[in-house]
Amino acid sequence: MNGIAFTLRALHHGERHLAGQLIAVAERHRTEHEVHHVARDLAAWSRAHVASLAEAARAHGLDLDGSPGAPATGATGVLSTLREKTAEAVGRRPEPGLLLLRDLRELHLSAAENSLYWEMLAQAAQATKDDELLAVVSSCHPQTLRQMRWTNTLIKNLSPQVLTCP
Amino acid sequence: MDSSVDRIARPWGSRTPYDRHASWPARVDTHLEAGVAPEQVQRWVRAASILHSDGDAMDIAVVDGRTAGVRGRVDDRVNRGRLGPKDAFGWQANSSSGRLTRPLVREDGRLVECDWDTAMERVTSRSRELLTRRGPGSIGFYTSGQLYLEEYYTLAVLARAGIGTSHLDGNTRLCTATAGEALKESFGCDGQPGSYDDIDHADVIALFGHNIAETQPVQWMRILDRLEGGDPPRLVCVDPRPTRVARRAAVHLAPRVGTNVALLNALLHEIIRAGRVDHDYVRTHTVGFEELASRVEECTPEWAARICDVPAASIRAAADLLGAADRLLSTVLQGVYQSHQATAAAVQINNLHLVRGMLGRPGAGVLQMNGQPTAQNTRECGADGDLPGFRNWQNDDHVADLARVWNVEPSTIPHHTPPTHAMQMFRYAEQGSIRMLWISGTNPAVSLPELARVRSILQQERLFVVVQDLFLTETARLADVVLPAATWGEKTGTATNADRTVHLSEKAVEPPGEARPDLDVFLDYAARMDFRDKDGGPLITWHDPESAFEAWKRCSAGRPCDYTGLTYAKLRGASGVQWPCNEQAPDGTPRLYADGVAWAHPDVCESYGKDLVTGAADDVVEYRSLNPDGKAVIRAADYLPPHEAPDEDHPFQLTTGRTLYHFHTRTKTARAPQLNAAAPDVWVEASASDAAALGLHEGDLVEVGTRRGAVRGRLRVTDIRPGLLFLPFHYGYWDTEGGHGPGGGMPGRAANETTVTDWDPASKQPLFKTAAAALRLVERGDGRVAPAPTTTASAPSRADAAPATVGGPTALVTESSVPARDRRAQEAP
Repeated sequence: MNGIAFTLRALHHGERHLAGQLIAVAERHRTEHEVHHVARDLAAWSRAHVASLAEAARAHGLDLDGSPGAPATGATGVLSTLREKTAEAVGRRPEPGLLLLRDLRELHLSAAENSLYWEMLAQAAQATKDDELLAVVSSCHPQTLRQMRWTNTLIKNLSPQVLTCP
Repeated sequence: MDSSVDRIARPWGSRTPYDRHASWPARVDTHLEAGVAPEQVQRWVRAASILHSDGDAMDIAVVDGRTAGVRGRVDDRVNRGRLGPKDAFGWQANSSSGRLTRPLVREDGRLVECDWDTAMERVTSRSRELLTRRGPGSIGFYTSGQLYLEEYYTLAVLARAGIGTSHLDGNTRLCTATAGEALKESFGCDGQPGSYDDIDHADVIALFGHNIAETQPVQWMRILDRLEGGDPPRLVCVDPRPTRVARRAAVHLAPRVGTNVALLNALLHEIIRAGRVDHDYVRTHTVGFEELASRVEECTPEWAARICDVPAASIRAAADLLGAADRLLSTVLQGVYQSHQATAAAVQINNLHLVRGMLGRPGAGVLQMNGQPTAQNTRECGADGDLPGFRNWQNDDHVADLARVWNVEPSTIPHHTPPTHAMQMFRYAEQGSIRMLWISGTNPAVSLPELARVRSILQQERLFVVVQDLFLTETARLADVVLPAATWGEKTGTATNADRTVHLSEKAVEPPGEARPDLDVFLDYAARMDFRDKDGGPLITWHDPESAFEAWKRCSAGRPCDYTGLTYAKLRGASGVQWPCNEQAPDGTPRLYADGVAWAHPDVCESYGKDLVTGAADDVVEYRSLNPDGKAVIRAADYLPPHEAPDEDHPFQLTTGRTLYHFHTRTKTARAPQLNAAAPDVWVEASASDAAALGLHEGDLVEVGTRRGAVRGRLRVTDIRPGLLFLPFHYGYWDTEGGHGPGGGMPGRAANETTVTDWDPASKQPLFKTAAAALRLVERGDGRVAPAPTTTASAPSRADAAPATVGGPTALVTESSVPARDRRAQEAP
């Protein structure tokens, strides 16, 4: 497996992972309404990235799963219901604020890792004049950057209240 | 010549047709209480309506120290003497029984009367205790769209620089936040580009989610008069309900709710495809066109038709009208602002005007409307989640400038985060980090989404709730301290309407009992809290409405919303002046952006923009590279499906909204007999085909249920789009046994029992128009009819299904025509 194939595989894994994390965070923080809804919208971007990467990988002799469903970390069924119930039960306590900041930080780091892989793929695509791969990167990478900007904005806005008002 | 018209039965009155480019003929509408003749009126006192965002100029009739009626002010360019039904009848609420006349405090779980000292002492001692023990982030203020400019400004200063909290917002969040945000996204700054006068000149008027006939009835009269005159405009209407606007439209699109962005992208696709872009304008005045063109390339009418469930041919017809217009006026309201992807959709309407070069000329304008009368004032004064004077919280120079005006250190003004929006404030209260919430002039226990949740937040023991209002509202019943407020006609202040027109409203009569103007309450609080500036002087140096106005002028100086050319004396002369009004524009400014978009410059702009999907804030570096010269920004947006879709259990979409005869939570309109009789209780609207499929008929008692809650009402079968239900919002519980909620096993009556807690990520405006719902029969109507008006969008699909809504003898309004000669004399300076 060459470097491009390796990077495609790693990013494919990273995007699936992020999609799963976003859905899990949406459920865990159901009472943080903006987080709940936007995280689900942004999970759809990562799922679309997974499909695009699987498509691009074929040209590189790789068979990656392109299905948009089944995110990497289990987020359906009993576990998800449990998360939602827990979110509702603890929704009135301040500690979930700290938990939310932790989750947002992890989302940010996952998105940042994906962003760096997109950067690597973009450079490789340019070096090999692989226009198809470059097109995939150009359409997906901006959304990864927007995912990062979203987590960054939320962390910035929530920190003063969560960290200073017990 | 005078005539009397039943203005409940004929809400828009008689017609005074006029031709395109002519000026709207004047007519004076007058309504006096029974038995009072015009010659008995002792004084006419200048005011402007606060029951919608038109700001209709009117005079209050005073007889023996009491309000005895109103008449429209003939020399005002906003309404030229006309009154809407709420203007004509709403004033009676001021003198209705049930006004709060003394402060109340909670003792052993019950609200008991006390004096002002006792009540204010409770508020200040709790404030001091929280400041000491938990910091300024534990105190929040939630205000209204119905106070005056002077009051918002005073509140903004005491909250931001006195307490030092980020938590200050207005209920304009629920009605107008998207208008403000969309203007900031496109033009870098808030401020309505157009003018109501554009109605006189437009050849195409497009109303997006804007039932102007019911929300701004006087401007609808103006459109009706043009439709009857020479060279009438053609109307494009986007609304899922069969509104009066829809019935007069050349093209009516009734999309599935939550799909506005898909529809607008298709309209932009067609306009670009047909080569109807003003490329000179785009090149000179905008950035971002290429991105828009590529994003809408695939958005064909057929693509949108599948998403929106409207015929592709109709989308094409609408695009033809919009694309061929010589002077296009677009107006936008809650069908866009309270719906899914609110800001993204509102911005596409700005884009439509930018790509067609339709701005800054008579008839070529966009009106991102307001829902409330003084929404604009909350926005410019910084009482709604912005800094005063349209200053940019991310721009240190702006914060330093504001600190100079207030004579405080910049670090005193919280600006490390954007000001907290209302929905987040309630979330902080729910979690317990906000411990005091001071609610002035609004009623969140009825107006916020998911009411069961809101009630549980307000009822928390640890949350100290102060409510300042006219009546014992649903929210006041849950408060720890209730402060009785004076209102319109009982206090003086200025109000700025949706097209930037500033009106002075003066005190005509004394408020009842010990009720006090909101300004006096805020000044009293600031004095008791002893807020100081950086030199140890008092932070707030003004003491009455006029000195507060002068203080605001200093804050607005040099900013886009510049008031420095105005004085109370000037506002007592010319009626209605549009800001900016300063040395360069002493008579005000009818239209913004006649010479390009100056306020989007990185050093001037109020906002660097936000991601329309995530709400993430852009920073100055990004903004400078995107828009170094400060042009208008064309921001593209992809369509996203709504967050709640119908399913087997909840097969309908549910939308909610205001209708003609009621305003906000009906605290005033339900106390005006004619208005209350026209729409006395909640009802449910469904389409004829859905009703037939479920075997339901006019007047059946039905229940609308969502995952949050349920509302019961009688069914009105209308021509609304199939698959959609409509509930009029803001029927509450103050006049029921429950008092603050559906108590004693009673079913819900407030539409917001059912709505979802979700908001637009960019504007933070809650979504009231995209819930999934079920509909079931509770009880047969047996000949009863729904308590819904027949004169409006809720007209029954079978005309004979319900008796016509009429007002009778007490609803007569005198319409006096003004001879053309006198009119010229009136208009002369």
